[in-house]
Amino acid sequence: MLQHSPPPEYRVQQITEEEVRLKLLGNWTLASTIPSLDPIRDLLDRTALRSISFDTSELKTWDSLLPVFILRLIDLCAPPAVELQFDGLPAGAKNLLHLSCSTPPKPLKKKPDTSFITRLGHTTISLVDKGEGLISFTGEIIIACIQTLNGKSKFRYNDFWNFIQSTGADALPIVSLISVLVGVILAFVGAVQLQMFGVQIYIANLVGLAMVMEMGAMMSGVIMAGRTGAAYAAQLGTMQVNEEIDALRTLGISPVAFLVLPRMFALMLMLPLLCVYADLLGILGGAIIGVSMLDLSLVEYFEYTRKAIQLDQCLQGLIKSAVYGILVGYAGCLRGLQCGRSASSVGQAATSAVVTGIVLIVIADAIMTFLFNFSKTM
Amino acid sequence: MTAVITIDNLTMSYGSDIIQKDLTFTINRGDIFAIMGGSGCGKSTLLRHLIGLHRPRTGTIYYGTEDFWTLDDQEQSLILRKTGILYQSGALWSSMTLADNLALPLQQYTNLSGSMIQDIIHFKLSLVGLKGCEDYYPSEISGGMRKRAGLARAIVLDPEYLFFDEPSAGLDPVNAKNLDELIVEIRNSLGATVVLVTHELHSIFAIATNAVYLDAEEKTMLAVGSPEEMLNNSTHQNVIDFLTRGEGRRRTSS
Ligand SMILES: Nc1ncnc2c1ncn2[C@@H]1O[C@H](COP(=O)(O)OP(=O)(O)OP(=O)(O)O)[C@@H](O)[C@H]1O
Ligand SMILES: [Mg+2]
Repeated sequence: MLQHSPPPEYRVQQITEEEVRLKLLGNWTLASTIPSLDPIRDLLDRTALRSISFDTSELKTWDSLLPVFILRLIDLCAPPAVELQFDGLPAGAKNLLHLSCSTPPKPLKKKPDTSFITRLGHTTISLVDKGEGLISFTGEIIIACIQTLNGKSKFRYNDFWNFIQSTGADALPIVSLISVLVGVILAFVGAVQLQMFGVQIYIANLVGLAMVMEMGAMMSGVIMAGRTGAAYAAQLGTMQVNEEIDALRTLGISPVAFLVLPRMFALMLMLPLLCVYADLLGILGGAIIGVSMLDLSLVEYFEYTRKAIQLDQCLQGLIKSAVYGILVGYAGCLRGLQCGRSASSVGQAATSAVVTGIVLIVIADAIMTFLFNFSKTM
Repeated sequence: MTAVITIDNLTMSYGSDIIQKDLTFTINRGDIFAIMGGSGCGKSTLLRHLIGLHRPRTGTIYYGTEDFWTLDDQEQSLILRKTGILYQSGALWSSMTLADNLALPLQQYTNLSGSMIQDIIHFKLSLVGLKGCEDYYPSEISGGMRKRAGLARAIVLDPEYLFFDEPSAGLDPVNAKNLDELIVEIRNSLGATVVLVTHELHSIFAIATNAVYLDAEEKTMLAVGSPEEMLNNSTHQNVIDFLTRGEGRRRTSS
């Protein structure tokens, strides 16, 4: 349809030495390409043009192409050097041009990107800011804890139970899968070595101890960092974007007590439970390999496991997992509250919550393992 | 007057919640058609039905003579290409600058050259008073500016149908009036048909040529026609209250 209609073009009619009229023909719509301004540029170079007017008697249809063309013309002619007389234009186009030109040009200008030194400075400042944020967030959590214990600020039990459900029960399938597989993998790796000495029954000790002391807590912590930590960051980040957090603050409600504590407590309580569950399933995974590949009997396997594991080793794993719970919740909520105001910053918050959570878990693990060994040798 | 959008016996629902039922009215070419009603009565929902985001529970929406919901994807997108929409929240893509927000529809639907796209963006932004804000991200500008940027994006393709969800909410009176003028101007100059969701009585009486009133309690439309007609002829108290801010008819005669 439109493609076959007459394309936009214009004829230059010289009226006097200093004045030309542009006669616009055809359909001035975005379906066609905009006519070039070269003839007029030529004219401006060659003659002492002072005024341009328009004749649109043969203009058929037009849309934004026409105003854009005129705006280009304005740029080119830079009035008042050359005067443009819009009288001949369609009334609608005239009004649009008027609207477009009536706004003050460039109210604000974006800051340009800066040099290496400045960027270095900005990075340093933002690092310091982040450190400050970290410290004050930790402080706020402690204050909120104290206030909640004193009954000064209300604890959101409804939310808390929801979080218990979503961090605990809802995570069981994934924790099951991973734990069984970790048990299987540990047994596999150990089996080859132990078979060389003919003591494959010790596979039970190996898998049992590894799960109870390290892997149960560690794997469920890492799963929670990816699952729940990211979710917390995204939830709080979205609330930050929607100004919900500001709305809480202006009411005098601490977002930490209101939003962070229920989440952190839920994780702190549920992770040890998940850890116990993961321990059991990991041992089961080891047993599968032991029974099927190493010809051990099931009873024998569990008997050895029972003997190998002491209560204080179990406790070690549980304490670790509670600490991981706090750390994952801490990282998730911190990143969520630090979130910027756009959709992409929510994504960044979720990603960095996972990374921070895992890093914190590994560091805490190293420290705690050292401390537990240290206390044993005392 | 030719009818461009015809709503026939439309019933809208979310799940089993009926929001509005038995809506029947037409929108004519060149109309500035106001959808009015109290908060929560289903104005935005009606708009979502008109632009193909939500399937009617029963009833039909005709664009020209075509039943929108029986068309295949391609035919629907042909209609939507001629449609400009300003969402209630602005709905700018927050990861893109204003210029990119406006460029995306142009790149999607046309094969204009880069410099042409730039010029169109400059023009449309300057129309809504945002000249020079091309490189800002939506999060860096004010709520009212976001609204205007959303408007610029809605008109970037010179649409035939324009749908505005509360365009003047969040604007100062002067800008709101400018926006009204801009809407009229776009309608006049580009021959667009405008569907406008609004509470602003000023705008309704100043620019709307036709309107429909949706009621939250009755869950249906109580009046349709030009706003003045409605004010003078409607017998329904809710309509009169809405159009007079609850002060009753002929408030000006005292
Ligand atoms: N996604 C949804 N699911 C279920 N119900 C919804 C949904 N969106 C809106 N509603 C309900 O539909 C009704 C109409 O909502 P809608 O957003 O259309 O109102 P509105 O007339 O645009 O109000 P406002 O003037 O405040 O914008 C409301 O009662 C709302 O609760
Ligand atoms: Mg709405």
